[in-house]
Amino acid sequence: MDDLLNEFLTETNESLGTLDVELVRFEREPSDATILGNIFRLMHTIKGTCGFLGLPRLEAIAHAGENVLGKFRDGELPVTPDAVTIILRCIDHIRRLLAELEAAGKEPEGHDGALIGQINAIAEPRKSDPAEPPPVFDDAGFPVAAELLAEVAHALSGSVPELYSPAAAPEIALPAEPPRPQPIKDPPVAEAKESALAASSIRVNVDVIENLMTLISELVLTRNQLMQLERSQKSGEFKIPLQRLSHITSELQDGVTRMRMQPIGNAWAKLPRIVRDLCVESGKKIELVQRGADTELDRQVLEMIKDPLTHMIRNSADHGIESAADRLAAGKPETGTIALEAYHEGGHIFIRIADDGRGLDAERIRRKALANGLASEGELAGMSEQQILQFVFRAGFSTAEKVTSVSGRGVGMDVVRTNVERIGGTIEMTSEAGHGTTFLIKIPLTLAIVSALIVETAGQRFAVPQINVIELVRAGARSGARIETIKNAPVLRLRDRLLPLVPLRTLLEMAPRQGKNDEFVLVTQVGASTFGIVVDRVFDTEEIVVKPVAPILRGNPFYAGNTILGDGSVIMILDPNGISAAAGQGKAAMAAAAAAQSAGAQREGARTSLLLFRAGGASLKAVPLDSVARIEEVDARTIERVGGRPVVQYREHLMPLIAIDSDHPWKDSGKQPILVFDKAGRALGIVVDEVVDIASDHVSIELTASREGLLGSAIVAGRATDLVDIEHYVERNFSTWFGATTGEAA
Amino acid sequence: MAEAGKTRTDEDQAAYVTFTVADHYFGVPVMRVQDILTPDAIARVPLGPPDVRGLINLRGRIVTVIDMRTRLALDAAPDDASSTRRCVTVESDGEFYTLLVDGVGDVVNLNERDRERGPATLDPTWRELVDGVFRAGDTLLVTLDVERLLNIRGKA
Repeated sequence: MDDLLNEFLTETNESLGTLDVELVRFEREPSDATILGNIFRLMHTIKGTCGFLGLPRLEAIAHAGENVLGKFRDGELPVTPDAVTIILRCIDHIRRLLAELEAAGKEPEGHDGALIGQINAIAEPRKSDPAEPPPVFDDAGFPVAAELLAEVAHALSGSVPELYSPAAAPEIALPAEPPRPQPIKDPPVAEAKESALAASSIRVNVDVIENLMTLISELVLTRNQLMQLERSQKSGEFKIPLQRLSHITSELQDGVTRMRMQPIGNAWAKLPRIVRDLCVESGKKIELVQRGADTELDRQVLEMIKDPLTHMIRNSADHGIESAADRLAAGKPETGTIALEAYHEGGHIFIRIADDGRGLDAERIRRKALANGLASEGELAGMSEQQILQFVFRAGFSTAEKVTSVSGRGVGMDVVRTNVERIGGTIEMTSEAGHGTTFLIKIPLTLAIVSALIVETAGQRFAVPQINVIELVRAGARSGARIETIKNAPVLRLRDRLLPLVPLRTLLEMAPRQGKNDEFVLVTQVGASTFGIVVDRVFDTEEIVVKPVAPILRGNPFYAGNTILGDGSVIMILDPNGISAAAGQGKAAMAAAAAAQSAGAQREGARTSLLLFRAGGASLKAVPLDSVARIEEVDARTIERVGGRPVVQYREHLMPLIAIDSDHPWKDSGKQPILVFDKAGRALGIVVDEVVDIASDHVSIELTASREGLLGSAIVAGRATDLVDIEHYVERNFSTWFGATTGEAA
Repeated sequence: MAEAGKTRTDEDQAAYVTFTVADHYFGVPVMRVQDILTPDAIARVPLGPPDVRGLINLRGRIVTVIDMRTRLALDAAPDDASSTRRCVTVESDGEFYTLLVDGVGDVVNLNERDRERGPATLDPTWRELVDGVFRAGDTLLVTLDVERLLNIRGKA
């Protein structure tokens, strides 16, 4: 394919993308002459270029479209959704032809009479004969292009007649497609090019940028060598020029790095059009809200998430948002909203897609999962609602009761998930019946630029994504803050809150600390949990490009990647998410949230009744009072063992006993207090040393759990108390004692 | 695999870059070697596999340094900062690795006919890595299989 055609294809595809967006905007504001002007000019450029290159089919369609647009502009035609739909169809058709042109290197044969007829019918409502041939070359059209075409065609008609049989293109007066147009300056095209907005950007091959990047890295290295040389020189005459060189190199590096990045908005460009089409087709009213379109992503990542995003927006618009009537009936605004949001957080890029539609129907998903054999009744019974909802990510799962043209064919969310996972991302979904569904895609920041804090521990430097660090605290003899330990767990008292600490040198098993210098605490936030990373020194912030670690080093959750600093040294980038998870933070926060839900504990400020007890160790423990069925005291001698596990006869059933402490000293005599928990008609007992009290308090978890089975620590009635994750014990033991099914005798 | 990387100057000659690690004499096919450099500012990777010495910046690329003494289960170098130490950079699957060795020798041409297999009594770690043994004057030159040398993912 020749270069000219190639360039035409890229350019036209870009123009079409813009057209889509502009048209949707235009439909909303039909009076805006600027938008219409843009649209008209784009269509005109396409038409002109097609004419210039001798692509008669494309030109004919573009011409018909332009005709309608011209009438919009001149106010001869009202802007109706129907008319816009036709124009959009016209653009789609052009796109299809372009794709074929790209594949085959020549314009495909065929008829476009029907479509052109429809377009013309819109343009001239009086004579709506769909079979009417398009006025391609009539004088009312664009005589310059037409004449030129005819001329070129005439000049070349003899050379390649086989490309186009006259019969194949009855509406088109051209017998042949000239494969390589003569370098004739076409006035309309040139004019259009000058007026286009395109002058502000150019296309650059990615390889060129990659190459530049490598060169600049070498430049940085050379600069560093020079700087070192200069330091050993006494004269210092190179100091000033070297400093300048240093600055310029840094800026150059920065600039090239940014070249690879593209705003995520580029992947969104198609979405308004998709939503708009869906609205027309389904009669729904949907507004697409976009935020953070300028969030920058590496272009490769961008390409990978384009399709999943499109799919999810379609899903939201098609399944999520209800019809206007249903929405009104449900007391919601008539117009549904789909919010699309992108942002950097915690060294990751997050994309949130939230609709305020009907939400997922857990019951339907449950039935469907059962019908499709994805899970058994028993398995489903043991699942929480949110767990059941996750079935939508399974292959072959679609809850749409009827298949529409856009979704409901059973290929969907599983493909989305696969695509997201392929780039190392994750996708989460939450849904609330009647209130909508939210998807959260998290993409690792591979190649993204982040601002990082450079810290040092045990003589080695690390980078911490600054976005996670909310505060820096100096801790030591010379400052107010002091690091204390609770049974080897370091904590920092920070404004009346106990902040759990993760000393980096312990985490990374580095050399123990020498001396008593002040330490620094990076108060770090990951999701809902806050903790402190303890380091020796804090240097500066630096903009870094995250590079993935070598395959050998993957699998370590503490590193998000590595990078080369401005001074040329290699440095590991810490991943606060991984550190948080390793410190038991992420999990605890999740468990706490879940427990808060299940125990009926309410948002901040609500009082929770807790049962305080001791079990193994001196510290107070607590469980939500309303999760406890009864408190019993049994004679320790009545505790029997079956299969090596302690049980007690309780109300004519065997009740398994569980100790919170795995090496609980089982008593032989005396009274044994037991907390009885009910689940699905079966009783489970947790043995405790003593029941202390019942307290009602505002419970907020101050310290997250140090081990499994604990939600964390809180101040209850003025005393430090461990909150026991009762679900953990009940769930884990229930299945081993009673099996998965609960049907038999109770 | 073992045959892939060698240049054949004639029918059965192959060129090897030679280096020493703890007085042992080794060779890797010259076609596999991208670069030889003097190690400078190796950034350690805490909790990394023991064979990974750290990372260096090779003209803007982050390259993983494999400590050949550890990899070959030899004693740690008595003088870590020895001025003869070199890094032999190889590429595998688009990633760059560099082998930290005690010193780099000449490029030698070896005759395939002189190749012998590693003796059965060889240390199991070595048996996996050794491609062949050549007689070179009064010493033995052990050639290494680069791919297997870099296959330390399992240990990570």
